[in-house]
Amino acid sequence: MLTQLEKQLLNNYQQGMPLVSEPYAEIAKELNLKGFAVTEQEVIDCLSQLQDKGLISRIGPVFKPKSVGGSTLAALSVPPERMDEVAEIVNSFEQVNHNYEREHQYNLWFVVATGSQNEVFQVLAEIEQQTGLKVLNLPMEQDYHIDLGFPLWC
Amino acid sequence: MVLDVLDQKLIALIQDGLGLTRKPFAHIAEQLGVSEQQVINRLQELKDNGTIKRMGVIVRHRELGFKANAMVVWDIPEHRVVQIATKIAAFNCVTLCYQRPRRPSQQWSYNLFSMIHGKDRASVLQRLEDIVDLLELQDINYQPLFSTRRFKQRGARYIDPDKFSSSEQPSLSAATSQTPLDDKNDFSFPLVVRHAYG
Repeated sequence: MLTQLEKQLLNNYQQGMPLVSEPYAEIAKELNLKGFAVTEQEVIDCLSQLQDKGLISRIGPVFKPKSVGGSTLAALSVPPERMDEVAEIVNSFEQVNHNYEREHQYNLWFVVATGSQNEVFQVLAEIEQQTGLKVLNLPMEQDYHIDLGFPLWC
Repeated sequence: MVLDVLDQKLIALIQDGLGLTRKPFAHIAEQLGVSEQQVINRLQELKDNGTIKRMGVIVRHRELGFKANAMVVWDIPEHRVVQIATKIAAFNCVTLCYQRPRRPSQQWSYNLFSMIHGKDRASVLQRLEDIVDLLELQDINYQPLFSTRRFKQRGARYIDPDKFSSSEQPSLSAATSQTPLDDKNDFSFPLVVRHAYG
């Protein structure tokens, strides 16, 4: 079970991290106004535990795609018996940050995000070379979503 | 948006997450050799101009009980893309909505991608059905691609941290191991009403 404080932090702080010198003190202040008696240290400890439990991956920025460096979504059509081996090759690239098996003829989907578009191409070329499979490269053309985080009650 | 060297260093230091210390921006400032206020101001600017979409807690859906996620791909005629995509993107349960190229030579005909999360497959499919009904998309070809295994999930590293020879980097755990979908960690969820944007 999640505590009330955990729920508050998970649901209401996916955006709007206070950009002030002591952001966790500010969060504590905001929560106190809402009737949660917590201290800065309790906020820090709670976030740190959520991180240890693996419920949050980090506290930080989400960048607009293409605004920083280069990135793409790519897919491979992997013969089922080679899935583990190929997934491991794809995982081994530092520039790959997401890698999922999905139900489709194209069954391995991964995101390459790195310093430049050129480097994205290099990574894809290397993946093709190491796996012997042709990459489906689907760079983003337009972003329609305004990212406000993920509503946990949804 | 032009990012100078200082921006790149700033991004390199913050892309893996903010430290859980009382003054996390001061820690970054120290490593960059600038003032804490400069770091805060620059982050505010990057947020205001849209380079940073949001800043806060990045949750891990699967660990929080949202075990099913489908990347729904749509084949939408060009003249309707903007209108339909904008509406799909506005649904609460849709976390991403991107237009991408078709690749006919590689048997790929879909041009819009949206991510739908749910506690299980049935609820994701129900939401998808709701979207199709509400937006009257029955004539559109679409397909949900459910994920069956996660091999890796972490934040993007746009800037190689080693590129800048500053001191220690914040290092946070990444899910790099294979995670089957049937792992059991159930959490009950708050039914809080958040600002709706759907």
